[in-house]
Amino acid sequence: MTERAPRDPLDAPAWLRGLLIAAAVLVLLVLLVAPLAMVLGAAFAKGIGVWWAALREPDARAALRLTLFTAAIVIPVNAVFGLFTAWAVTRFEFRGKRVLLSLIDLPFAVSPVVAGLCLVLLFGAHGWFADWLAAHDLKILFARPGIVLATLFVTFPFVARELIPLMQQQGADEELAARSLGAGAWTMFRKVTLPNIKWGLLYGVLLCSARAMGEFGAVSVVSGHIRGLTNTLPLHIEILYNEFDSTAAFAVASLLAGLALVTLVVKFWLEARHPEALARTHRRPS
Amino acid sequence: MPAPSLSLPARVAVRRRAPLPGLGLSLGLGLAWLGVVVLLPLAALAVRAAGLGPAGWLHALRDPRVRAALELSFSASLLAALIASLAGALVAWVVVRYRFPGRRLLDALVDLPFALPTAVAGISLTALYSANGWIGRWLAPYGIKVAYTPTGIVIALVFIGIPFAVRTLQPVLETLGREPEEAAASLGAGRFTTLRRVVLPELLPALLTGFALAFARAVGEYGSVIFIAGNLPYKTEIAPLLITIRLEEYDYDGAIAIAALLLVASFVCLLAINLVAARVTHGGRDD
Repeated sequence: MTERAPRDPLDAPAWLRGLLIAAAVLVLLVLLVAPLAMVLGAAFAKGIGVWWAALREPDARAALRLTLFTAAIVIPVNAVFGLFTAWAVTRFEFRGKRVLLSLIDLPFAVSPVVAGLCLVLLFGAHGWFADWLAAHDLKILFARPGIVLATLFVTFPFVARELIPLMQQQGADEELAARSLGAGAWTMFRKVTLPNIKWGLLYGVLLCSARAMGEFGAVSVVSGHIRGLTNTLPLHIEILYNEFDSTAAFAVASLLAGLALVTLVVKFWLEARHPEALARTHRRPS
Repeated sequence: MPAPSLSLPARVAVRRRAPLPGLGLSLGLGLAWLGVVVLLPLAALAVRAAGLGPAGWLHALRDPRVRAALELSFSASLLAALIASLAGALVAWVVVRYRFPGRRLLDALVDLPFALPTAVAGISLTALYSANGWIGRWLAPYGIKVAYTPTGIVIALVFIGIPFAVRTLQPVLETLGREPEEAAASLGAGRFTTLRRVVLPELLPALLTGFALAFARAVGEYGSVIFIAGNLPYKTEIAPLLITIRLEEYDYDGAIAIAALLLVASFVCLLAINLVAARVTHGGRDD
């Protein structure tokens, strides 16, 4: 993308260009910026004291703890398995690779509610594993393991999808060189692969975090909505909102909106500082 | 960072002597994890859906409430994916082709719906478009109601769908060279003719892919819709919500039937996307 010389015959006339830019800005202002501003505006509508009180409330704190607990399991697990999958897919040829790539994308296309229902069919009272779970006195549904599993399902593709195009672009030359110089597998990974992909990995992890902490549909089906026990932050927002406590709902929502903003700022920064670090032109949206 | 350039024979030799490690480990772990976390749960749904039998399916699909919900979900998603594609094409075009202050900020904003949790988007859109909200109060005097109507559902789905449209179109626009357009212009084609006969055909696969992604996401969307929808049976009740209602009623078969249909819709969308990708690759323009 280079700056164009002025008076380019392919460029639209100035008035048309201005009109299109204004239209695009307006579309994004109304559709995307307004909802974000609304969250922050409503969260602080009654002052910062009310906002803080809503976050200090015991149920909100329990929800925050559960959300962080879930994220603390889901994010590292997804990062590790995303790395392994991306390595296999981008560094080797094997039969069924295209199928595997489609399967990795599957959770993007499946409704979160359907994902939740699938877990109910596995672990619910009449599910495939119901007898086994009962015999071992284990509880997955309406408890923390169910929430973790649902979140793992919906965030499955995030890290892999960020790394695969990046690693494809970079190719294996540097890694092959390291191997030819006698580097062991771990040394090669630590000294060559990881430095090359670290920014892409960071962005994948951030997207995964935002989704893991914000997941609503799948978690809603498996959580059982037990206040203070199995409510995550998004579920807590729903409860507050349905109880017409919208200031508190927006206060909790502003936490998650803040996380979303951090994600965008980091990406903005990465694209400016390390333009080669994200596989921009090949990336498919998550 | 520049990759060290190895001459071809050297690279071949290297590959023979010291291949990259970890195929078995990485592929094995990746497949096992995919199987446990994603495929096993989906298999449970597929098996249970097959077990419903013709009678169970007929019973589930004859329910007018189910049909109303499916009709609403599919029609609202189609409309929303269409609007998102048009708006997304506009934004992608402006961001790629023009230089203006704030362009990169605009570009970064497009990812917001990916990062903002759906429940947060849901309550926020509802507050914006309710009769006394920031946007709703300007529409109310004209008798336009958005919140708690199908219009509201479409707006929430457009919000969700826009980044899919922009982000699939953007890379194609960026790699589209100027030469074909210049050639068309030099042969005397007007700007509009050039766009229609030269640019549009190049963009069509990406446009279709973005549309299919936005549609697939919209059909299954839950969090951002249920707050603004109002959720009146037969009127503003979407299919994913009806799944949760059936589950709460312990009507597992009813929930399974709707879920299986949504799953099939997702598969069809993914298949369509792969077909478009395969055709583009076949034409020698793999990106």
